[in-house]
Amino acid sequence: MKKLFVLLLTSVLVLSSFTACGKEDGGNKLYVYNWGEYIDPAVLEMFEEETGIQVIYDEFETNESMYSKISAGASLYDLVCPSDYMISKMITEDLLQPINWDHVPNRIYIGEDYWEMSKGFDEEGQYALPYCWGTVGILYNTTLVSEPIDEWADLWDPQYTDEVLMQDSVRDAFMVALIKNGHSCNSQTTEELELAKQELINQKPIVQAYVVDQVRDKMIGGEAAIGVIYSGEAIYTQRENPDLEYVIPKEGSNLWIDSWVIPKNARNVENAEKFLDFLCRPDIALLNFDYITYSTPNVSAREMIEDEEIRNSEIAFPTLSNYNLEVYKYLGEETETIYNNFWKQVKAY
Amino acid sequence: MIYKSLKRIYIGLILLFLYAPIITLIVLSFNASKTRSKWGGFTFDWYIELFQNEEIMSALGNTLIVALLSALIATIFGLIGCVAMQQLGRKGRSLITGITNIPMLNAEIVTGISLMLLFLSIGNILGKIGVRFQLGFMTVLISHITFNIPYAILSILPRMKQLNPSVYEAALDLGATKFTAFRKVVLPDLLPGISSGFLMAFTMSIDDFIITHFTKGPGFDTLSTKIYTELRKGIKPEMYALSTIIFVVVFILLLLVNHTPKEPNKKR
Amino acid sequence: MNKKKLSNHLLSTPFYLWIGAFIVIPLFMIFYYGFTDKTGAFTLENITAMAEPWHFKALMISVVLSVISTIICFLLAYPLAYILSQMKVNSHQYVVFMFILPMWMNFLLRTLAWQTLIEKTGVINGFLTALGLPALRIINTNYAIVLGMVYNYLPFMILPLYNTLAKIDPSVVNAARDLGANSFITFKRIIFPLSIPGIISGITMVFVPSLTTFVISNILGGSKILLIGNVIEQEFTVACNWHLGSGLSIVLMMFIVVNMVLSMIFDKDGEANAL
Repeated sequence: MKKLFVLLLTSVLVLSSFTACGKEDGGNKLYVYNWGEYIDPAVLEMFEEETGIQVIYDEFETNESMYSKISAGASLYDLVCPSDYMISKMITEDLLQPINWDHVPNRIYIGEDYWEMSKGFDEEGQYALPYCWGTVGILYNTTLVSEPIDEWADLWDPQYTDEVLMQDSVRDAFMVALIKNGHSCNSQTTEELELAKQELINQKPIVQAYVVDQVRDKMIGGEAAIGVIYSGEAIYTQRENPDLEYVIPKEGSNLWIDSWVIPKNARNVENAEKFLDFLCRPDIALLNFDYITYSTPNVSAREMIEDEEIRNSEIAFPTLSNYNLEVYKYLGEETETIYNNFWKQVKAY
Repeated sequence: MIYKSLKRIYIGLILLFLYAPIITLIVLSFNASKTRSKWGGFTFDWYIELFQNEEIMSALGNTLIVALLSALIATIFGLIGCVAMQQLGRKGRSLITGITNIPMLNAEIVTGISLMLLFLSIGNILGKIGVRFQLGFMTVLISHITFNIPYAILSILPRMKQLNPSVYEAALDLGATKFTAFRKVVLPDLLPGISSGFLMAFTMSIDDFIITHFTKGPGFDTLSTKIYTELRKGIKPEMYALSTIIFVVVFILLLLVNHTPKEPNKKR
Repeated sequence: MNKKKLSNHLLSTPFYLWIGAFIVIPLFMIFYYGFTDKTGAFTLENITAMAEPWHFKALMISVVLSVISTIICFLLAYPLAYILSQMKVNSHQYVVFMFILPMWMNFLLRTLAWQTLIEKTGVINGFLTALGLPALRIINTNYAIVLGMVYNYLPFMILPLYNTLAKIDPSVVNAARDLGANSFITFKRIIFPLSIPGIISGITMVFVPSLTTFVISNILGGSKILLIGNVIEQEFTVACNWHLGSGLSIVLMMFIVVNMVLSMIFDKDGEANAL
């Protein structure tokens, strides 16, 4: 026992000193909180090299889980990347600070359309810098379905029992049911929501699992035939498994835009602005796009994409007028509680 | 004879059940394909990449440091606690045992959340007087020490009860100071309990996810929380490689210890 | 005399402070949040919320699944612990280590490995189809969750059982035999009663974490089955309703209190817990 003890202790000590030596505690830091796999690690490295700022990078899974960390107040990040409706909520709750645009000259590379889109949740354009955008759609495996999928209603088709992957996030799940019923994905009426809840409950036996980012892995592996997914994953998954096809359902869908914001309690605002400016540089945005494959609002970066097929891809850069797309809005605390409660009831059913 | 081989088969089956996922992980660490579900051929690349992956390495460092420190401090606290309890009456003793057992018996999620709530309110109070407080290494360490204390106490206490107080008194009578008497007489008898408490605490700390999940802060990850983040987009194969290495190292340590001639250790 | 007391206090005060600050106060925090609403006013709503059908259903599923898992763990572990305690193993540590060793592989990774094993296109189904057998369909069902619970917490049942069984003095057993008891009676009258503290602590160590897990149901249940642990976790990390989350936790704690009382009755010395 004694010997094991000594052996263990020494090996642990050696290992920890070995792993700890790489970490140098410079004062120049930047705390970034982003979606999972939502940046090219090389971009972070280049930024660190160019500026000498050490980036501390964390990932979150859903807007809601990010919000609970930030609003609790004991997690101090300098940059966060929430979606539209969440930014609106955070602005309402006074959790963000305006960005000093003079320090982000490269913002000019972001297309005018996207600034317009931003106004939906950031009316005066003070808080949010567009980072990625896209649609929510259906990814399906052509070898596992009998005919091409093109509407949300297909997710209720009993022949696909145990083959459907739904999103495990409140708004996305309800969006699917609401739009299928012909309602707005920003519905606030209890009857419509009640109906959507019932639909989701009806759908439950067909659903294989409620997942968020795991859709990607499971679809590539052929574990499921149909999955609700963000458009940005389509290119990546198709690269890995050519049988996969992405479609925006004909009933319409959600158009989302993820933007960088600076929380009120950020401590390294200047570094945050430097980072934003860096990300807007077309070469960096392009590098990043190649890695994460989520549509970039950076017009110059898009023009630089070499693969013509991707540059003009209807998946990565859809012609918005061809689809019936709607951006999520923040619906206020009360409606949010209804959504949360209904979602809980669906999951518990 | 049949009975005996049945026994063997039974043990074998349970071990197979316990080790099946571990074998899977080891196999996956040699899988050239990045996705879990496809076998893309044999490769050693993940082992090489593992050591270049700073994030995983620093998470490993954090895990080990937290486990080491928390096990050490918890064992010391456990020892102190056991000594302190000897001086209490029966009621006081069961009260203190009851309290220290709470983090072990209570749901991990409740322990994690209750500590998080405490840290957040400390943060709020400090924030009002202008001190920036942030969840991170310290809060995780404190939490780990707290939930490790009962494991230490449970290992030390039974030994403490077996002690013969007259030996300690005899040492005092022979002129030893209290400290020397404790160190020379009591401690050696407690040592097996202390070391198994330490080991248990260390293991629990390494394996903990839930409590760390709730008490960690920006930029601080242990292996568990790192894996949880990776779960969603697919575990990076480097992680399998790391687990394989950990497993093999521990396994070899175990074999080494069991094959060296036994020290004259009293039976537990 | 006073000096002695003082030095004792010096030693024990940090300990008492620590458990006060990090065990007792956090519990009070949970109670504070559980019994108040967002405005800070006293309310019982967060407690009674457990009676709402969806919460109650989650609780019931959790109770049923964890009871089943505990029973399975017990049935698997008791014979094993008994066999092990009878074996002449060269060292006690060896046995303990064989069953603690899996815990050194991360718990999330091990659970994920089960997903790889049992999923539709998983390893086990690969074997089964190659052998021409029907595929196993348990992923994302209650069965998978029970499997995950049994797998993860089985060592916690084996170790206390082994500890108590190994401690039984062989001469007691021999005495019973000499007095004419057959092996069944010896087991029923001597061995089993003496192992009760181990059983109780084993049950506690399996039942409590199974009852409150949220990770296993996420990974192996595909989030389709909501356990009470998931509800509480979601309240804190998604819905941001700490009050409701705390209230539900308090209800959950009741189960644990019952468990503690039981263990106090049966295992007065807490000996079986020593791993």
